[in-house]
Amino acid sequence: MTDFVVILISTILVNNFVLVQFLGLCPFMGVSNKLETAIGMGGATTFVLTLASICSYLVHNFILEPLGLEYLKTIAFILVIAVVVQFAKMFIEKTSPLLYRVLGVFLPLITTNCAVLGVALQNTAKAHTFTESALYGFGAALGFSMVLILFSAMRERLAVADVPAPFKGAAIGMITAGLMSLAFMGFSGLV
Amino acid sequence: MYDLLVSHPFIAALSAMVALALVFGGILGYAAVQFKVEGDPIVDQIDELLPQTQCGQCSYPGCRPYAEAIANGDAINKCPPGGQATINAIADLLDVEAPTLDEEHGEESEVKKVAFIREDECIGCTKCIQACPMDAILGAAKQMHTVIANECTGCDLCVEPCPVDCIDMIPVATGLGDWKWSKPPVTHENLQLIASDKQPEKDGAAA
Repeated sequence: MTDFVVILISTILVNNFVLVQFLGLCPFMGVSNKLETAIGMGGATTFVLTLASICSYLVHNFILEPLGLEYLKTIAFILVIAVVVQFAKMFIEKTSPLLYRVLGVFLPLITTNCAVLGVALQNTAKAHTFTESALYGFGAALGFSMVLILFSAMRERLAVADVPAPFKGAAIGMITAGLMSLAFMGFSGLV
Repeated sequence: MYDLLVSHPFIAALSAMVALALVFGGILGYAAVQFKVEGDPIVDQIDELLPQTQCGQCSYPGCRPYAEAIANGDAINKCPPGGQATINAIADLLDVEAPTLDEEHGEESEVKKVAFIREDECIGCTKCIQACPMDAILGAAKQMHTVIANECTGCDLCVEPCPVDCIDMIPVATGLGDWKWSKPPVTHENLQLIASDKQPEKDGAAA
């Protein structure tokens, strides 16, 4: 039981995929302009990441490993992720057309979100069990959603702040992201 | 079967990937049927061609309602912000003859304009604020109003209601932020010509 808590804390705070491992930065900068979109994107990514890490674990342990095909894992995982994202896209389009239109191009772009592939590859590298893999993916997604939402809340304030003209927009966003990353370094050594 | 796969890694790799692709294809095919969305794709296509100024000069409350009206058979020449280019694009999409812009709904302007309130003449009646579809006018009753230039789409709708005629439509000056190369002049020679189009008869004459 403590193992699971350790995995969750480690993925959410200590080894946060965005701010510490620098994976999945494109949606982090791209969808963080508005709080609502960020929450939607966080939800979609959580769905995709958890499902993708479970599926990639199954594919790796029951198909690739018994046949000695570990060298195919990257391409197999990309296939798995593409399918899960496509599935999530259909699901969201059906259940929440508004969220679908808000997320727009960023929804299919979860496919190329390096955090998703990163989680799947790290799961195999760390020889996680089924539960651990699922938790690792879920924790990574929670960490991603958390910093995305925190960052978008800050950017909403930055939009009305009196920022010097050369730093307006993306520039001050980058600086803010760097400061957040510095702050997250404070968690290292927690686990 | 398992021995065959293990002793022939190539066959194993091939069949594993093919099997994965087939299974995933099946899942997606099932999901596509299960989560099918009943929408009207033609409305979306027309909506994408419209300029999204939401100005209401077509007498519909916004671009999407006008797109729905077009899909139901309304005239396609009611959009002054889009101008002739939009009319041509919609006519192309719907495969009909392209009419000219309906003057009743406004004129197409060559340059982008924004509204400007001459602030010392403004009496603070809030009539222009109510007319603005973009919420681009700031002010309160009996207070001076002003236009947020970044939000203004230049739709003219605030000019008419102003009782003291203190709103001007002024062309936007090009600054460092939005400067771009001017378009090549349209002559009958380069009309509808893109870089990959070859003109064999000219090449022949040169050679």
